Order: sequence, then structure tokens, then C-alpha cells
Amino acid sequence: MRWGLWKLGQSIPRRLAHGNNKAVACRYFASDAELKKTVLYDFHVANGGKMVPFAGWSMPIQYKDSIMDSTLNCRENGSLFDVSHMCGLSLKGKDSVPFLEKLVIADVAGLAPGTGSLTVFTNEKGGAIDDSVITKVKDDHIYLVVNAGCRDKDLAHIEEHMKAFKAKGGDVSWHIHDERSLLALQGPLAAPVLQHLTKEDLSKMYFGEFRVLDINGVQCFLTRTGYTGEDGFEISIPSESAVDLAKAILEKSEGKIRLTGLGARDSLRLEAGLCLYGNDLEQHITPIEAGLTWAIGKRRRAEGGFLGADVILKQLEEGPKIRRVGFFSSGPPPRSHSEIQDEGGNNIGEVSSGGFSPCLKKNIAIGYVKSGLHKAGTKVKIIIRGKSNEGVVTKMPFVPTKYYKPS
Amino acid sequence: MACRQLWASRAASYLRISVFHRSFSNVLNDLKYADSHEWVKVDGNSATVGITDHAQDHLGEVVYVELPEVGATVTQGEGFGAAESVKATSDINSPVSGKVVEVNEKLTSSPALVNTSPYKDGWIIKVEMSDSGELNNLMDSEKYSKFCEEEDSNH
Repeated sequence: MRWGLWKLGQSIPRRLAHGNNKAVACRYFASDAELKKTVLYDFHVANGGKMVPFAGWSMPIQYKDSIMDSTLNCRENGSLFDVSHMCGLSLKGKDSVPFLEKLVIADVAGLAPGTGSLTVFTNEKGGAIDDSVITKVKDDHIYLVVNAGCRDKDLAHIEEHMKAFKAKGGDVSWHIHDERSLLALQGPLAAPVLQHLTKEDLSKMYFGEFRVLDINGVQCFLTRTGYTGEDGFEISIPSESAVDLAKAILEKSEGKIRLTGLGARDSLRLEAGLCLYGNDLEQHITPIEAGLTWAIGKRRRAEGGFLGADVILKQLEEGPKIRRVGFFSSGPPPRSHSEIQDEGGNNIGEVSSGGFSPCLKKNIAIGYVKSGLHKAGTKVKIIIRGKSNEGVVTKMPFVPTKYYKPS
Repeated sequence: MACRQLWASRAASYLRISVFHRSFSNVLNDLKYADSHEWVKVDGNSATVGITDHAQDHLGEVVYVELPEVGATVTQGEGFGAAESVKATSDINSPVSGKVVEVNEKLTSSPALVNTSPYKDGWIIKVEMSDSGELNNLMDSEKYSKFCEEEDSNH
């Protein structure tokens, strides 16, 4: 998952109805003075951005538009997000593909140059360390982006394994793209507007594809991808040119593409049924449990070769004990950690993230339930503040995706 | 409205709607106010309760209001319900003690009335007060305005 909203959207420990004890307040935020700023910080503030602490950064949660309106506008027109707090890096070297294949579940060797995929970094028990979009630029160059909240542990993990790999004679090195900024341009107007800013024909670039090309006169890394369910792009640009590009995109769209913050982005990814690392994915959850079996390449299901492969391949064979599913529900919006019960009142799982869907105008949630109770249409109860609310298991995405793919 | 947990308070603050540029929230003169941002309008022994314009401004668009049952007992300073926005949840505390005699059922289907009309159509409960002397614990509009200014400047 890109763009993890680390704590926002988490449920808060709450006293039960009619209880008198106060919940203990927890400190979730660093003081503002310690937060890092992207190069677009002043631009956000000048445009009415409300800055909040997120994964050690000061990031815009919202601008003048409400979260509801921003979410709807992304799906109708488009949104421009600053995702520069996420960590981009390149792996280079003759052995960069076999190196990365030790760490992720993707069939990296099988990727055509200029294409990418969502993947998961696994630990030795098959649990998710992070999710990431990886792109094969060339056979000896991989570009990837990891979640802001996981950056430190991801980089430590990669570095540790790289040392061991090189010690055995492997040819791989890395570069962390801290000199670049990352913008996400999402929604139906993303491609038409971006086309005005580049000479390359974007209609020939499909979902998951990657190009190095000039945009607004500056060389960028362009990936046709996003974490909203919409068609769109992620644009990695040298930081000194990021504000100019943001302004150019907004101008070219004549105000239809709006600056959009973390709050709407989380609503969009939830509506798209995508995992939020820290909520829907964690170190103890495997890709199989998370419904990401599709991301394990066919060859890799046969061969393994990644950390935790024994656990994962066993789950592939036998089926996992828990599964990630979607829910609709009545009553209050479900939040992370709300208990899920069957109709008889037995615990069968827990909500991992949820809220109110601006597009659907109803409550949606993602959670984990015991295998066997994961079929769409299964009726459940979701317990919120001690009260039982009707829910039903549903397939995801909640809002259909609109990725640009060859017809 | 109580933002008891730090996170809820921070989130509600960050999620403020800026639909119009306002230098202050609307505060009505004939009401009494609690420091957890509920208002109360008194008519004899009957009290009508809602959340203030300042509260709804901080909370953002409300998508669900949890209402108590008619007949429930409420206590000054304690929670009787909750208001949910897209990203935050906040308790609603009662500014007075007594028995709930009416709830605004319109909020079940139109929770955003709390945003669009916090002092009128967005009222939440009516309470038969058990101790009208408790009203002395509340703020008048002037004190409440100052309280909000101080709270905002501390955020």
C-alpha cells in the first residue's frame, strides 16, 4: 500500500456506553518542530493546506475542500497529491533482479522492462514488512517506492540483505532518491492534463508502465499507477522543479484538478479496497491472508525463493486461517479494531480499516475474518461502542477501478 | 461535544471545513455553553441540546449521529451520544442532567443537519432537567466566544 495513513482512521480506545471511566489518552504525534517538510510545504500552506504530522512529516490532510468533496472530485475530475514523504529508491547492478527476488514475492525477472507491479516485502515468517510498487527500468535497474511509515525498517532490511548478498559476490547497489519529489496525479483528467505537459504520447502508456521522459521541460520518472483506484500517474521529479510542475498541472486543468490531502486519499484507497500498511497489512499478516495471492508470480509459487516462502506456499496449498474481506454496515462508521461477530454473537474477526464512503454514501470497511466466513453475502455483526450493528461481507473494490489497460 | 482523547481532538481540529472563510464561529446570545462545545436552550424545565457551530466546524462533515433512547438518563458533563465524521469520532456530552424526553430522529437520515444548522434543525436531544441550578456551571455566549478563541490559539 502506498501512502499509509498511519494512525489517522484508527479507532480510539473508547469507553463503553454509560461507562464512567475515561480512556487513557495516547500520544500519537511528534511535536510539530521535529517534523520534516517536503519541498511543497509552503505551497500547501499558501493554498489552504491543513498540515498534520504523519510518519514524521508535516503533510496536508485537507485543503479548502472538504474530504467528502475532494474524494468525489478525484473520481469526477482529478486530484493532485504530494506523496514526497514516500521513499523512492533504485537498485542497480547485474544481479539486482535476483537480489530483489529474495526479498519480495513478485516475479521480477518476468517483468518486461518499463513495467512494474505491486509487491510485498516479506519477513521470515511470511508476514508483510511493507508493500511497494516496483518497476523494472532495465534488466539491471529497478526503481521502487516504499511507504513513508516503513522507510526506516525497509531500508535497514534491504541494507542488511544487500551486505550479505554482496559478500557472496553479488553485483547490486542502491541509490535513495531523496533529491526527488513525488507527485500523484489521479482521476479521469489526469492523462489529458498531463498530455499537455509532455510530448510523449501517453495513450500508449498503460497501467503499471514506467517511462523516463520530459514533463514541463524536466526529466521525470513517470509510472502509470496510483492508490485511488483511478487512472493516473505518479511523477518523480527533481525537487527543485516540483512546485513548478504542481502549478502547471493545476493551471492546465483550469481548476478541475484540485490539490487533495491525506484524508481524501485514504477514503479513495478504502473505496478501492486497497490495503493500508499498519491497518490492513502488518508483520504478522501474510499476502495470502491479505488476498494478495495474485501478486505472487506463477514461477514463484512453484519455486519460492523469497523470505517466508515455506509459510506462504503452505498457505497457498492448504488455505489461510483468516482472510481479508470487505463489509457494508449500518450504524456508525466502523473503525480499525472494531470486533466482528457472526450472527450468533461469536467473535470471528476484526475490522482493520473503515469509514464512510463519500461515493457510495454508506459505511464500508476492510477486515479479517475466519476462513469459511469470508464469502460475499455472509451476515455479520460489527461491534461499535458496545453496540451490535448489522453488516454483510462484500467483494472489493467497493467502487469499481478505472485503470487504463489495453482493451 | 467532548474531544477527550488527544488524537480525536487533533483530528477534529485538522479536519475543519473551510467552506467559507470565517474569522469566528457563530455563537447565539440566548444559549448556555459547555466547555466540551455543546449548547443548551432552556424553556422552563425543558432543555434543548446540540453541538455548537465551533464544534461542527472542527469535526468536519458529520456522517452519523449516535442518539440515546427516549427515557435515558443523562448527567451533566457525561457522554450521551457521538458524532462521526469521515475521519473522526467524538463524544457528545450533556450540558445538563435529567431525562431524555425527545431525540431528533431527523439526524438518523440527515446527520449533516448538525453542520448546516447546528442551533436549529440540528438539535440533538431534549431533556427534562432534574436540577436547573446546574446551568450556573455553564458559560454565556460572551464567555464561550472567548473560550473558543483561547482554545483555537492554543492548538
